[in-house]
Amino acid sequence: MAEGAARGRNPYLALVGSRVRSQLAYRSSFAVSVLGDVGFGLAELATVYVVFAHVQALGGLTAWQAGLVFAVANLGFAVADLLTGHVDHLPQFLRTGELDAFLLRPAPVLAQLLTCDVSLRRVGRAGLALAVLLVVLPRAGVDWTVGRALLLASAPLTGAAVFAALFVLAGALQFWLVEGREVVNSFTYGGGFAAQFPASAYGSGLRVLFTYVVPAAATAYLPVLAVLGEPGPAWTPAWLGWCGPLFAAASWAVALLVWRAGLRRYTGAGS
Amino acid sequence: MSGGGPVVEVRDLRREYVVHRRTGRFRRERTVRAAVDGLSFTIGAGESVGLIGANGAGKSTTIKLLTGILVPTAGTVRTCGLEPVRRRRDLARRVGVVFGQRSQLWWDLPLADSFRLLGAIHRLGPAAVTARTAELVERLDLADFLTTPVRQLSLGQRMRGEVAAALLHSPQLLLLDEPTIGLDVLSGERLRVFLREQRTEHGTTLLLTTHDMHDVQRLCERVLVVDRGRLAYGGDLAGLVRRVGARRVLVVDLDGPAPELRGVPGTELLAVEAGGARQRLALAEGASAAQVLAAVTARAPVRDLAVEEPDVEDVVRRLYLGAGQGGT
Repeated sequence: MAEGAARGRNPYLALVGSRVRSQLAYRSSFAVSVLGDVGFGLAELATVYVVFAHVQALGGLTAWQAGLVFAVANLGFAVADLLTGHVDHLPQFLRTGELDAFLLRPAPVLAQLLTCDVSLRRVGRAGLALAVLLVVLPRAGVDWTVGRALLLASAPLTGAAVFAALFVLAGALQFWLVEGREVVNSFTYGGGFAAQFPASAYGSGLRVLFTYVVPAAATAYLPVLAVLGEPGPAWTPAWLGWCGPLFAAASWAVALLVWRAGLRRYTGAGS
Repeated sequence: MSGGGPVVEVRDLRREYVVHRRTGRFRRERTVRAAVDGLSFTIGAGESVGLIGANGAGKSTTIKLLTGILVPTAGTVRTCGLEPVRRRRDLARRVGVVFGQRSQLWWDLPLADSFRLLGAIHRLGPAAVTARTAELVERLDLADFLTTPVRQLSLGQRMRGEVAAALLHSPQLLLLDEPTIGLDVLSGERLRVFLREQRTEHGTTLLLTTHDMHDVQRLCERVLVVDRGRLAYGGDLAGLVRRVGARRVLVVDLDGPAPELRGVPGTELLAVEAGGARQRLALAEGASAAQVLAAVTARAPVRDLAVEEPDVEDVVRRLYLGAGQGGT
């Protein structure tokens, strides 16, 4: 067979494309769900605002600089949620037999799971984050260099990679946990929530947890510190902000290992 | 690449699962059960085999072991010459699977889109997908609802779509788990005719689990009866029927209440209903339904009649009764 010559479309692009088309098919319902997502984002922005309405600076950051943390964190989280948020619905895929269907196709199961759905309404939250970013950026007092500009541009991407790994890990853990969605959501959505505040506002224990265990602070707070040239609190120096790709790689390594073990448990090869 | 070897080879296959049962407030008892318990069989290229047995006998588990969804606890499986779990993706290119109770199609997409996606996943190339889709659409008569979302299809239409999806990549082996369950008589029969044609034209090996005797009679040259994870019978249907003496049943509706139809040659009276207006006669092996009907008509005017085929459940039950003297 002339497989190479006649190879068709990339299957994953085709799968994601079909999801996008089906979600855009009903324009008004799509518009409403995007607006709902913007509403949720505004509510979270309001919590940040309320905190900063009472203090001039928090953890060494001005309100505008904290807004930068909020924007970068939300942009990364929204992109991850858009592309991979459905992975933590794993029990549903087990119940409906969809995971078995993935196992019967000649492609990696995780790749099929990742591309079987998208939450397009998350463009709402991503758009809000982008708008906040454009408003706060001129007011955050950044002393621009090329390196800092590149860091700020790449931070939402590495942040998205970290959160995507958390979603995969959350899904994978549900091979073991029964009714475990609430538990795993505490570190996916919980991590996303924690990431939008300057981590210096947390106690050092919590800050270490959200840096080295659930690397939420590494998605926005630390890169923003590095962009601002601030030193960073104890245990979490600002130069860690340059290590986003390392945090992302480590998160994915853990997520893939757990996913593999989980799938082996499902097929009965492990445990 | 897998030359003339068997398509399925199963030896001493065992698959256990763990059941937790609460025995006290905090205590749980952990018991290991075997869903498949020492199963051995071989299926040659181009064969058509029915896997039958009661619910929970281990049929679906066997299918999952053959496709690499489950790992055997002990024993060996080779499907298309491959070890299913280790070579899952290679195997997926050579095997098609249809689950009667679970859809493998995209619920919100029309069949045409599903075929295109599956073609991309199997890396078939657009020309190959178009050609194969055209063939399947014609043979399974899918043209009328090719652009309707799958969720709006009737069960019969959906099942034809499922079968087409499973055959899109022209697999060597087609596994069907309850393919005709819930289908009306006509839809079921059309599906059977199609599967026979696929087999003769492409040499596709068929393995199906079923509760429907029609499936076994029309599709399977050989049956494997599974009971509690073990092979209770392996051979042709005629041999199974000979062993347990499965009989067809003639049901006659008479013009009104009539005396019991005892002593009709070649029959045994099984039941009398509605005061004698409906009677059920088991036909002895080799008895002609026409001759029996003539004998019955001579005694009482017949208004309506039906011939019931022996059903799989009944055959299997009688096989257990015959074989399980020492058991339970």
